[in-house]
Amino acid sequence: MTQLALVIDLNVCVGCHACVTSCKEWNTSGVAGFLSDDNPYGKDPTGTFFNRVQTFEVGEYPNTQTVHFPKSCLHCEDPPCVPVCPTGASYKRAADGIVLVDYDKCIGCKYCAWACPYGARELDEHQKVMKKCTLCVDRIYDELLPPADRRPACVMACPTSARLFGDVHDPESQVSKAISENGGYALMPEWGTQPANHYLPRRKTEIRVRVEDLERVDNPLKVDGKLPRPRPDEPSLDDVTSW
Amino acid sequence: MRPAFSVLLLTTLLGVGQGLFFAVYCIQVLEHFEVRVGPAGTLFYPLAAAISLALLVGGLAASFFHLGRPERAWRSAAMWRTSWLSREVIVLPALMGCVFLYGVGHWLGWRARPIALGVDATLAIGAVGTLLCLLLFLCTGMIYACLKFLQEWHTPLTVINYSLFGCASGLMLATAYAAVVEPGLVNYIAAWAAGFTLAALVTRGASLVRNARLKPRSSLQTAIGVKHPRIVQKAQGAMGGSFNTREFFHGASDGFVRSIKWWFLVAVFPVPLALLGLGLAAGAPALLAAAFVVQYLGLLAERWFFFAQANHPQNLYYQQIS
Repeated sequence: MTQLALVIDLNVCVGCHACVTSCKEWNTSGVAGFLSDDNPYGKDPTGTFFNRVQTFEVGEYPNTQTVHFPKSCLHCEDPPCVPVCPTGASYKRAADGIVLVDYDKCIGCKYCAWACPYGARELDEHQKVMKKCTLCVDRIYDELLPPADRRPACVMACPTSARLFGDVHDPESQVSKAISENGGYALMPEWGTQPANHYLPRRKTEIRVRVEDLERVDNPLKVDGKLPRPRPDEPSLDDVTSW
Repeated sequence: MRPAFSVLLLTTLLGVGQGLFFAVYCIQVLEHFEVRVGPAGTLFYPLAAAISLALLVGGLAASFFHLGRPERAWRSAAMWRTSWLSREVIVLPALMGCVFLYGVGHWLGWRARPIALGVDATLAIGAVGTLLCLLLFLCTGMIYACLKFLQEWHTPLTVINYSLFGCASGLMLATAYAAVVEPGLVNYIAAWAAGFTLAALVTRGASLVRNARLKPRSSLQTAIGVKHPRIVQKAQGAMGGSFNTREFFHGASDGFVRSIKWWFLVAVFPVPLALLGLGLAAGAPALLAAAFVVQYLGLLAERWFFFAQANHPQNLYYQQIS
């Protein structure tokens, strides 16, 4: 079974919000209608977003790290928002595991938002229906687009490739390998929601310089057996040959 | 959580309506088994059913104000297999239908014409209605109790409190009602009203103690997956607030929340009980009515506190507007 998801590398994310604006641009222009904004240039700007980048400071000065943390719907494998929906507007697609809202069925009761521990759902204040990340479902299957563009808008926009997109149930996929090889983790594992989206932790980036990188050593080609030692009075070439 | 006034009205009005119907039906059952609690005239049952129905309709009307798209509310009966909200949406109209038929049956004098085994139609309809009453208490409570990460709500005490508060306030109203319509029943119903109020005091007290000792299972560490004891949010991705900051924060000060707690503890329990005792001693229906009104206002405060106390884990992501 397929479970599409994002893997977000916190080690690479620079907090530029390109994914946020790209997401907003794509999803406010689609067939599902706009993502409304109020007072975009006023005192208290507010609006509906599928994706937000938050910033956390970890540690105590001077030993601090800034963690930029993009947050969108995690497309849980056991989504708590789906069973509580009274109308069936919230559903998880069996084919690819995307959790979606049918805007034509949603009654705007906000119960699904209460049932999401991640705060991934936002009520559109003008359409009065619940909205959330669709993994750009209207884009990733669009055969009019070149194959390279059939990815979520946020993934396309990320300048540092901090966002990976793929099937986390396929062990050979790029995202599965990224999770298993780089210590990918899920958010709030204590609630058993099994989020499909994973995050890759901050990692210490070290440049390892070995002695061999700086100085030529004996037998660099790893030829077995002892080499004939040149007599002390004989000239030698790089300690390998002697004549 | 931000307490929505429509939901406060919905849950409290439904509780009173259910409790009133429950009380009246119990009187009829006692009469049926010839337990002498006092004679009930022809007006007692149909009028009580009408009041109960009006309260249930009022609750339903209040619920529409909570919806963004009320014109689609009919869709919400679809997912009864999984959603307690959907189940409530089915049980509530069914109960309203039962209460309506129950009142009409009494009004038309069906009681004098037993169907079988000495049981008349109103007794049978009332039995179904009482079952639906209990189911509705279960549904209303479980809407909140089933959300496991709202730890303040995720306890059987939530369902028990909703049921006991509904019965207590309904019985309080029934006491005042009986004082006007059927004074012979007042002492009997008042005793049950006091009993349910005291029972609610025990269970609500238990949930207050439980919630005071809760340790949140989620933390900023599990929320972003960084294992460091000191994490501070610097930006939440929006500068002017969002749905997440509006829906999940009540915005009141700790002192205000604490004062609401003491207000409801006083207004729901000791004051109505004292008014009930005074009203019975003085034989004054106005005091009994005041007991109900004070308790109902107290229950609004109780429900406000119930929502305000629930701390949603999503709030961890919305601590700071940069």
